[in-house]
Order: sequence, then structure tokens, then C-alpha cells
Amino acid sequence: MRVGLLVTCLVDLVRPRIGIAALKLLEEAGCEVFVPETQTCCGQPGWNSGDRSSARRLAQKLIEEFEACDYLVAPSGSCAGMVKLHFAELFPDEGAWLERAERLARKTHELTDFLVNIAAIARVPGEYSGTVTYHDSCSGLRELGVKHQPRALLSKMAGVQVKEMKDAETCCGFGGTFSVKFGEISAAMAQAKCDRVRESGAGAVVLGDLGCILNIEGRLRRIGDDQTMVLHIAELLTWER
Amino acid sequence: MQVASIHFKRRAASALADERLQGNLKRFGSGFADKRAAARSAFGVAAFEELRAASATIRDRPLEHLDAWLLRFEEEATRRGTTVLWAETAEQACRHVLDICARHGLKKAIKSKSMLSEEAGLNEVLAAAGVQPVETDLGEYILQLADEPPSHIIAPAIHKDLAQVSELFEKHHAKPRTDDIARLTREARETLRPHFLSADLGISGGNFLVAETGSVAIVTNEGNGRMVTTLPRVHIAITGIEKVIPTLEDLSTLNRILPRSATGQDIENYFSILTGPRNAGDADGPEHMYVVLVDNGRTRLVGSELKEMLRCIRCGACMNHCPVFQTVGGHAYGWVYPGPMGSVLTPVYNGLENALDLPQAATLCGACEVACPVMIPLPGLLRKLREQQFEQELRPWSERAALRLWGALALRPRLYRLVTRWAARILSWKGGKRGSIARLPFDPGWTKGRDFPAPEGRTFRELYAEYQRASNWRRP
Repeated sequence: MRVGLLVTCLVDLVRPRIGIAALKLLEEAGCEVFVPETQTCCGQPGWNSGDRSSARRLAQKLIEEFEACDYLVAPSGSCAGMVKLHFAELFPDEGAWLERAERLARKTHELTDFLVNIAAIARVPGEYSGTVTYHDSCSGLRELGVKHQPRALLSKMAGVQVKEMKDAETCCGFGGTFSVKFGEISAAMAQAKCDRVRESGAGAVVLGDLGCILNIEGRLRRIGDDQTMVLHIAELLTWER
Repeated sequence: MQVASIHFKRRAASALADERLQGNLKRFGSGFADKRAAARSAFGVAAFEELRAASATIRDRPLEHLDAWLLRFEEEATRRGTTVLWAETAEQACRHVLDICARHGLKKAIKSKSMLSEEAGLNEVLAAAGVQPVETDLGEYILQLADEPPSHIIAPAIHKDLAQVSELFEKHHAKPRTDDIARLTREARETLRPHFLSADLGISGGNFLVAETGSVAIVTNEGNGRMVTTLPRVHIAITGIEKVIPTLEDLSTLNRILPRSATGQDIENYFSILTGPRNAGDADGPEHMYVVLVDNGRTRLVGSELKEMLRCIRCGACMNHCPVFQTVGGHAYGWVYPGPMGSVLTPVYNGLENALDLPQAATLCGACEVACPVMIPLPGLLRKLREQQFEQELRPWSERAALRLWGALALRPRLYRLVTRWAARILSWKGGKRGSIARLPFDPGWTKGRDFPAPEGRTFRELYAEYQRASNWRRP
């Protein structure tokens, strides 16, 4: 099973250990992992800001890079959702590209969804002991149906105790470019999320999208909370004591 | 109503700084959303989802041939004695109402809740013409005393707390102040009753227009709608043209989804189907019934890339589930319709350039789309409006330049690699020991309310090259 890893631009730049963790998990699941060297961005900033032409060009580039793989996997619900649901919308009247976009869409999965539903990973390599709470990032949850998959993986880790927070499915306020265009509103929404995380009493909040991690961690640190960890699910699943 | 949506950011900022409003918004919180969720599971989740799909189909059918169904409505309504009037604009709608007032010598209008009346600024027009408008929905009544617009389409005074209502009632009712809700509602009832009995005009909106019978269907919880439409000698229903549905059968389906989506009720307390004025021998009902069908921008949506918006049945579920609405409240949006549905309607009705922030003021989290009873793809529609803004160069040049620059960089992997290597290093250094950046260079808005978690310092590409070397060494 040849799996193309879409690292995502944010992971590449800000927290590359998430990409390495995803790589280890896919290898643990028995996949042959292929990482196209020329990959950059899936085109979401343009797509969500109305710049269709830049999104379209980046989509073409990504399709070319990944279409030879059996699967495309991304450690991000929003990037996987972009490829799976929105690429086709970029080529409404272009038969050949539309077909290529749709073919790739069918092979595209968010990381935890792939590990549970396609690769059926038997064990997870990480060891962690402590309480965690899970934030359901919007695109993964509502576009791709990622809900039980990360929890199923967490249940394979003996030392992890999940304490669900209230409003786990409510947006953290990131929203891509929204987070800078409406910084004040975005930060207020992040504060509400931080309140729920802290009320849960968990030592770490775990989630599947780096954008949300930056938003939640950024707000926690701003209000002086240096204790609560904000981790990507792939980091936790490969945690080394 | 004046359109102040261009000032969304400023209005949102003052909403965020208003502690009392923030408290009120938090208390409102997920109340309606929780009630909807309970109603949905009581109905059966799978059945509820089927009901949503059926409702979307039912709404689409008349919208495909809106002209034909409206004419059918007019024909059936006219046959039953209702006078149907057409208004292309809000001003024309107001003019029709004033003409009716003049024709019948009407002096006092009792009103049940109508968002279209807010759209048209009807109360001001009536007052200026010497007709006294009296809002009889409790929330609208409170706002009329406070001289404020609604902040929510089904819970108009949701931004107010008990103490604020007590203060208003004390001031306007000339009665001792009370914080007892039962006594407050009794006060409102006692104040409104003489108005109900003395008014000669009743003005309502309409939740649906049933074409096959020429009926106006209205749902309310307080019973005021029934009195408004039956007690005075003239009744005017003022509604948008998109509210038409073909049959009573359609109405029964939509009336299953509407209350459950809005307030989590199985059925509203009052559900009226109004078909024509009082007939000879009827015990009650108005002597004259008018329906004013208002376009006011709606035909711009017909057949357009935003046409699904016309399905909207005004339940408020999208705002009840919207985390941005919950954070800034309805007044920030600057016009009649707030939240996700308002962020689509306001720019369409009033011009894209008059509501620049609204299509952008959403995280596209999708909570509205999954809650919408008629499956309007709200995030997708907001995205289409963003495309229109981008194409018409209505976004700031800096934003367009940044997007172009990012697009150009991401299409050039070698340059991209170089830039990201340097960016990772510089930002990592700026993060210091704590790994958190308090002030970003060229920051358009991130670090005012948050730190930026510092990058690790090396890009994935670099770590991956190392990882591969190590793997090759482990597996020669």
C-alpha cells in the first residue's frame, strides 16, 4: 500500500515533528510512505479567500504530485477536506481535471480516519500516561466525519485517560485567514475553547489540525497558562516517555 | 432599516468590550442548540435527517418556478377575498400599507413579529404618517420601548437581561419595579390588551404562503399573532415572495422541521392558517385581508449561484449554532438579519460593497450548514460571496497581494523551501526559551489577543532528510 503523505504547509513550517509522527504511524500500519518533495500548500488560503485561480493552480500541482499513490493521507482535517471535497469544485467545466480531482478525492483520508478505517492499525507505538481531552476540529468533524477514529486510537494507549470537555465540537475560532482578519473575535472564541479545556481538568488537549493548535496554544500562553499541553493526535500516538 | 454592516469590525469590537452583553450572550449560550439537539434525537436522528432533505426539496420546487407559484397564490387568495399587492422594493411595500391605512381610515396598528417589517422600516413610516405601531410580540415590545432593533430573528431581545427589562418596564409602565418574570409578563399583557382591543389594523408577517389555498400560515408562541390577525378590522400580512409553497401537505412537512430547528419544540403554541377575510356568518376575523408580496432584492437570488439561500425559513438555527454570532451578538452585523444567513442576505440585498466584512466574518466551521433545516450550504455561499468580492477587487490590496504572493511562492517549490527554512529559523529564534512569540513582525491581527507558538526551527523537509538517512542506516 503506497501512501502519499501530504505534510501540509503549516506542519512543514511550524511543527514538523507532527509530520514525522504521521510518517511513523503510517509505517507502523505497514504502509510504504511516499513524501513528494515538491509539495507545498493545498490551496486553502486562496480557496477560502475567494482567490479561485491560485487555488486552482495549487490543486493541479498537488494532483500531479499525489495521483500515482494508492492513498493520500494528511495529518489535518481541513487539508484532507480541501482535497476530498473542494478540489472538484475548482474544475467544474474541465472534464479531464475534474476526473483527476475526483479520482484523488476518493483516495484521500485524514490521518486518524485512514489509520482506523483503511489501514486498521493494530497497535500504536507511543507511550503516554496522563489525562487528555479531545477537541473535534471543524473540517475533520463536519466535512469528513472524524469523531470516533481519534478516540479509538487513544483507547489503544493504556496510560491515556480521556476526559471529554463540554462543547468539544464548537469551533476554536481559528478559521484560517479569519484568525488574522478578525483577530479580536478569533481570540475571544479561542478563550471560550480554553475555558472548556481547563474545565475538563485534562493535562493536555489533543486534536488533529495544526491551525487550531496554534490558536488554542497561543491563547493559553497569552493568559499565562504554560502548563496545559496542546498536542496533535499524531504526536501523542508516537509519544516517547 | 439603515444598513450599518460596513462597520461590522467596529461594532463587533464594542460588543466584545461590553461586559453586560457578553454576560447575556454567554447565558443564552447553547440553549436553543441544546433544545434542537434534544428534539432531533426525540424525533429520531435518521428520520430527522430525512425530514431535512425532504424540506429542502419542498422549498426548491416552488423556487424553480417562483413566478408561476406566486400567480397561483394570488389567484387562490383573490378567489377567497384577499387582496394581493406586489412590491418590488421596501419603499413600495410601505407605500401599500400607507395606502391601505388611508383607504380605511386606520389609526392604530398592532403588530406581530415580522422581519420584513424591520427590513422595510415600517414602524417609522407608519408613525410618520400618524398611524401608531404597537409591537405585541414580547421581545419586540421590549425593543420598541428601548428603541432598538432586534438582535436575533426569533428571539429579538436575547441581548437583554432581566434587570434591563425591569428598568424599561418601570420607566414606561409607571409601576413599581419588579424582577419577577411572571409579574413582568402580566404587566406587558395588561399594557397591550387595550391596544389589542382598540387597534383597527393588524400587521403580521407570514411564515409560509400556501399557493393551493391562497393562505398565509403563521406560527407564534405567545398568541399575539392570532389576535393581531383576527381582532382588528383590517389585517395586512407582509411577506417576502420566497415564502410561497405549493400545498398544505408541504406545509405540514415544513411545520415539523421549523419549530424543532428553531426552539426545539414539537409544535409551536399557536399555528394559524389564515385564508381570506371574515365570511358572512363567521364569528370573528378581519373585514379586509391584504397580502403584500415583497421582492426587495430576492429576485436577484433566483437562479443565481446563491439560489439555495431562498429556501431559508427563518428559524434562526444557523445563528444559534454560530460561534461568531455567539461571541459578538446580532447587532454587530449591522442590519436586520444577523449570523450566517444574514451574512449572505445582507450583501445580496444591500450591495456587496456595503457589507464587506460579513462574508468574511465566519470561520466556515460548518455548524450552521449541518443545523440548517433546509440544508442551505451556508459556508459554500459565503465562500462564493468571497469570490465575488475578490473578483470585484473589493478586498484591501494588502490582502490580495498577500494571497497572490503566497500563491506564487507555493507554486515554486525551490524558492518555497528556501523561504520556509529562513522563516522557521527566524521565528524560532523570536520564540525564545518559552517558545511563544508575543509580537509577530508584519502581524495583521494575530498577536493582539494571542501568542504565536514558535516554530521548531527546522522545516519538515530538513527533518525528513535526516529521518531518511537514519532509516537507510538502520535498514542497509
